[in-house]
This record gives sequence, structure tokens and C-alpha cells, in this order.
Amino acid sequence: MENEAGALSRVAGLFSSRGYNIESLTVAATEDSTLSRMTLVTTGSDDVIEQITKQLNKLIEVVKVIDLSEGNHIERELMLIKVRAVGNDREEIKRMADIFRGRIIDVTDKSYTIELTGTGSKLDAFIEAMDHTTILETVRTGASGIGRGERILKV
Amino acid sequence: MLNPTYIADIQDLEMQESMSAELTGAEITVRCLQEEGVEHIFGYPGGAVLFLYDELFKQDKVRHILVRHEQAAVHAADGYARSSNKVGVALVTSGPGVTNAVTGIATAYMDSIPLVIISGQVPTHAIGLDAFQEVDTVGITRPCVKHNFLVKDVTELATTIKKAFYIASTGRPGPVLVDIPKDVSQQKTKFAYPERVTMRSYNPNIRGHAGQIKKAVQLILEARRPMIYTGGGVILSDAAAQLTELVRLLRFPCTNTLMGLGGYPATDRHFVGMLGMHGTYEANMAMQHCDVLVAVGARFDDRVIGNPKHFYNPDRKIIHIDIDPSSISKRVKVDVPIVGNVPDVLDELIKLLKLRKEKPDQNALDAWWAQIDSWRERDCLRYDRTSAIIKPQMVVETLYKVTNGDAFITSDVGQHQMWAAQFYKFDLPRRWINSGGLGTMGFGLPSAMGVQIANPAAAVACITGEASIQMCIQELSTCKQYHLPLKIINLNNRYMGMVRQWQEFFHGNRYAESYMDALPDFVKLAESYGHVGMRIEQPGDIEAALQEAFKLKDRLVFMDFVTDQTENVFPMVPGGKGLSEMILV
Repeated sequence: MENEAGALSRVAGLFSSRGYNIESLTVAATEDSTLSRMTLVTTGSDDVIEQITKQLNKLIEVVKVIDLSEGNHIERELMLIKVRAVGNDREEIKRMADIFRGRIIDVTDKSYTIELTGTGSKLDAFIEAMDHTTILETVRTGASGIGRGERILKV
Repeated sequence: MLNPTYIADIQDLEMQESMSAELTGAEITVRCLQEEGVEHIFGYPGGAVLFLYDELFKQDKVRHILVRHEQAAVHAADGYARSSNKVGVALVTSGPGVTNAVTGIATAYMDSIPLVIISGQVPTHAIGLDAFQEVDTVGITRPCVKHNFLVKDVTELATTIKKAFYIASTGRPGPVLVDIPKDVSQQKTKFAYPERVTMRSYNPNIRGHAGQIKKAVQLILEARRPMIYTGGGVILSDAAAQLTELVRLLRFPCTNTLMGLGGYPATDRHFVGMLGMHGTYEANMAMQHCDVLVAVGARFDDRVIGNPKHFYNPDRKIIHIDIDPSSISKRVKVDVPIVGNVPDVLDELIKLLKLRKEKPDQNALDAWWAQIDSWRERDCLRYDRTSAIIKPQMVVETLYKVTNGDAFITSDVGQHQMWAAQFYKFDLPRRWINSGGLGTMGFGLPSAMGVQIANPAAAVACITGEASIQMCIQELSTCKQYHLPLKIINLNNRYMGMVRQWQEFFHGNRYAESYMDALPDFVKLAESYGHVGMRIEQPGDIEAALQEAFKLKDRLVFMDFVTDQTENVFPMVPGGKGLSEMILV
């Protein structure tokens, strides 16, 4: 969509006014600074998804809409998770982060902050695998998606 | 670079000078309106728009109509647009000016009316600081405009206004708002009005898909019980001529929605009346039982097809022509969607039908017409013509007769609106002006002002009720100032009639707050504004009174008809019921 003030609120407003779900929404400028790209994760029946696509296309600032889940695609989400890491837990948590290909990016004598990317379900699985009492804080970006192979979204 | 022929066209010396001189934002705004050919704008001044008003004062190309409330400014611009197919323009100040305008903007949005609303805003440095008369105009209006802009830089003003007119009037039309902070209206820049704008994110689809149109032709030729159902899209896109040609070519029955009346001549035999909640028995039955339905510029809304589950019939094939893809398969799944400009698609359809030698099965069509005629015999709009108390239907019927069916009719919202739609036979598009989507009481009088200004020589009547008319009654003052000779037909039953009707049917006759107590003396009220007032209490006086009123060509006449309090609108499809589950008289 056009990288203009207010474009994001038009999209968010559309979803709330028409009662559609937003599971996550990420947006940032692209290599073309006049354009920004948004990845929005939503749920609904085929009819609802069709309406969402049409309604988004109607927004004046939206340049192009594609449903990534119609074809092969890659999606990634970033999570930063701060956990209490003391005593024997420190080694165990480090091992768990390694298994999930996470990286410890900040360390204190009582905590680790781990950076982890992957699909939403991988991040869920990591949280599931952790001892919940050790989790101090999590922050997730929501999914960004792109088509697999030659499939591109270009204006 | 400017096109040389464009320069040659400019005869006004002052204009040539200004090509090089710098103009203020206010001057630019007024110049843009002139360039767009805007002749009338409706508005109300205030602090944030003082520079704009100062520039309007200095010129005489754009005439400003001063209303008495900003809601009326937008309704008047709306009536102006609906009756003329020009973009209506309203000008309001910041804060309360905008919030008052919101009802008008939402009304236009629901009915897809092309408007440009220019609003003043507090200076850019004060935005977000809770300044005097500040509201987040772009935020407040976002859900009820086709698009809106906040102009933060005077160098973008002219292009923004050009875009506003372009967006408002193309594709599925709608209101576009341009919010101009006070300091932007003071700042100077060079002025050049772009001849056209292109936007990569906005390219309304015009031509229908050829393959889909061919499929539609095939379905039409196979139809045994066909039906053509058309809405406001036919009016908005000026497709009445094509629709009429198509219907007559095929001999198919045709129904119009409340928004689509006048799209097909109501006095023609092929017209089966309006459909929907208060549609005719024959129109609703034919909708329910047809085997091929051609929907044109209509959106299958809840007031039109009732319960979509009840409407659903797997044996009925639906062709849907609309310029807005999101209107297609929204409430009802269709078989052949055609996204495109209605007149262009109809032209193509007619061309292909004429090329094909076949015709739909004529025996089946005759049998279908016989069925429809038997539904017609039900005479679903009958009412007691011998009543000693004035029946509202009779007033509308007589109005039709007295005006030879040639008036522009606006209405408010409620029972009177339905009787107007049922009993005034609209043969031409753009003659029936009402708030169909939003259902805005208070729309009738101000929209009639806009209609009269766009059509100064025409007879313009506002059919209203004693409840609706009081929602914008202050506009009688505007009518006096601009000598607007409207005829106000007040069907006065001392009730919010439609609310009362629902309470009678569905709430055990408990008329909670629907009785209009303490009504003014409308005759004196009209006279106090300098107009003519009449009260009509006997059925025998209806025609003579209307004749007399329309003879007063240069006066506004407020006609207070004292009507039967118990009269109800029939047929009626109760909310949530199916189209063929009508309550009949």
C-alpha cells in the first residue's frame, strides 16, 4: 500500500468495523520508500476471506492484495523472550534455545533474552517447551510472509 | 509543462497572472472549485474556514448557499448531486461543523453519492493539542467516506482536490472529504490545476469481462421464468436507457429497489413495482420464484431480499452486474458475476443478444407473465378510497396526478417514504431522491433545496411526516433566503408512523415514545418563516389544495395533511422473514 499516514488505520478500521478478525499485522516500508508492505493474518470462511480481499482492494491506498495461503509461501515471525536463568537452568535453557535455533542476545546473572524466528507454531512450540514459571516476558512481531520460488508480489 | 491549447483557452487575464504569482491555499481551493466547474456549494462559515469564505466573497463563479445547520449543507449537496449527476460540494468548519456534517456524509456514503466535502481544521501546529473546535476529522469520517485527506502542505492542495473530485465521481461513487488546516489556507504557493490525475492504487474497473457477458447471454436465453432486478447503480451510472432497451427487447418483468426507482418507467407494463420489505406482492413473488435473475447495480440487502436463507434457491441462476466487486456475492452467492460499469455492460449484453438468433422460450415466458398477472390481481396496494379521514396514499396518488408525474420528489424516512415510493410512478431516473441506505430522518427538506437549486425551473416536492420534518425544520429559513419554491407535503398522523406500525405488529400495541405530542401549528410555523401554510383535513380537499399550491410557482407551500393515524404500509415482509412471507392488507 501507499506509504502514507493513515493507511494503516484504514486497514485496521476496516477490520474492526466489519467484524473481521486480525490475528496479527505487520507493516513496514519496502525498498521503494513510497510503498509499504503489510502481512496480515486473519481467519474466516472462504466467503469471508473473499469479502476481506475485496474490501481491502477498495481502500484507495491499497495497491495490491494477495492471499499468500493460496499458494506455497514462507512465513516467519520474530520473538524475543526473556527467561529467568539461574543455577542448573542456565545450561538447560541454552540447550533448548540451540535446539530451536534461537540465539541468546542478552545475558544477566539471572536472565537470558533469546531471539527466535520461525513460523508462529514453532514459536508456540518453544514457549510450550519452556518451564512456564521461568518466562518473564515475551514479545512477538506477528508473521511476515512471502511467496515461495518465483512467485512475487510486485507493483 | 502546460498544454498550449489549455493556455489558449485561458481568456481571463487575472488567471494568466496567477499562473506565475503565488496564491494562498484559500485562493487555490476556490480556483480548484472553479476549474471543476462547480457552480454551487452548500456550507456554513466558522473560524477555521474564514480565509476560504473570504476568497468565496471575492468572486462570483461559485455561488455559496448558506444553510442553517451543517447536516443540511451535506444533504443539500447530496440532493443536488442525485438530481443532476454533478458532484455535490459542501463546505464546513472544524469541530462541530464536521460532527454536524457526519450524518449527511454517512447518508451519501450508504447511497454511493458523489460529494466533495471541504472542512476547515485547526492550524497544523495546533493539531493534537485539543485546540478550540478541534476534532480528528479524518478519523471521525473514515468509516463513512470513500476516501479522505488531511492536507498538511499547501503545495499538495490542488492535486488533492483534483483527486477528491476524481475519486468521488468514478467507480462506485461516494463522498470524499478534504480537511484543510487554517494555516494551509493562508500559506502561498504557485497554482496549477492538474488536468488529470492517475493513481496506481485506484483504477476502477470499467469494462465487463467478455466471457462472463457471454455466459450471461446464454443463461438469459435459457430462462423460463426470468426477472430483472435493478438498484441505485442504474441511476448513478445513467443506465436507464440501456435498461429500458434490454427489458423491452426481452419482454422480461422488471423490478426496481427503493434506490432504483425511475431506472425503468413505472408506468410500463413490464414494471412489476418496487420489491423488498414494502415491495409489491407481484415483485416479491416473482423474485422468489424466478429461475434466472439478472441483478443490475443492486446489492441484495436485508430490506430487499429479506432473509438470505429463505431467498436461497439452488435452481435459480443469478447474474450480477455491478461496478463494485465487493457488492457481488456479499449476501447472496451469484453464478455469473460481471464487474463493470453498468451502461457499458448492458450495451454489450444487448449487442450480443441481438446478434444471437434465438430468443428465450416465448411460451414459457407467456406462462410466466400469466402467473405474474395473477399475482397482480391480488391488488396489494389497495386502500380504502372512501375513507372520511385522509388516507396518506391518496395524497401521494393525487400529487402524482396534479404534477403529471413530472415532479422531483424527495422524502424523509418512514411510512410516508414507502407510500411515496409505492404510489408516485417514477418514469424517469433522478426524480426520486431519498435516503435509502442510512434511512436518515431530516433528509427530505434540505435535499429538496439542493434539487431545486440544480433544477431551478422544476416542480420539487418533499413528501415528509410531522416527525421527520422537525429534524431539519430550520431550513425553512434557507428556503426563504434563496426563494426556493418547494412544496412540502406533510403527512401528519401525529405518530412516528413506521415505529408505531412495528410496535403494533411486534410489540403488542405498546406505542413507546412514538406519539408526537406538542406539535407546532405548521401553518403558522411556515408563515413565520415567510412561506405559505395550508392545513388540509378532508379527503375532498386534497386535489384542490395541491392544485392551488403548485400554482404558487414562486412560493414555498407547506401543506399539512391531517391523515389517518392507524394506516399501515402494506405489503410488509417482517424482519428476518423471507420475501414471499409478506403480511398483506
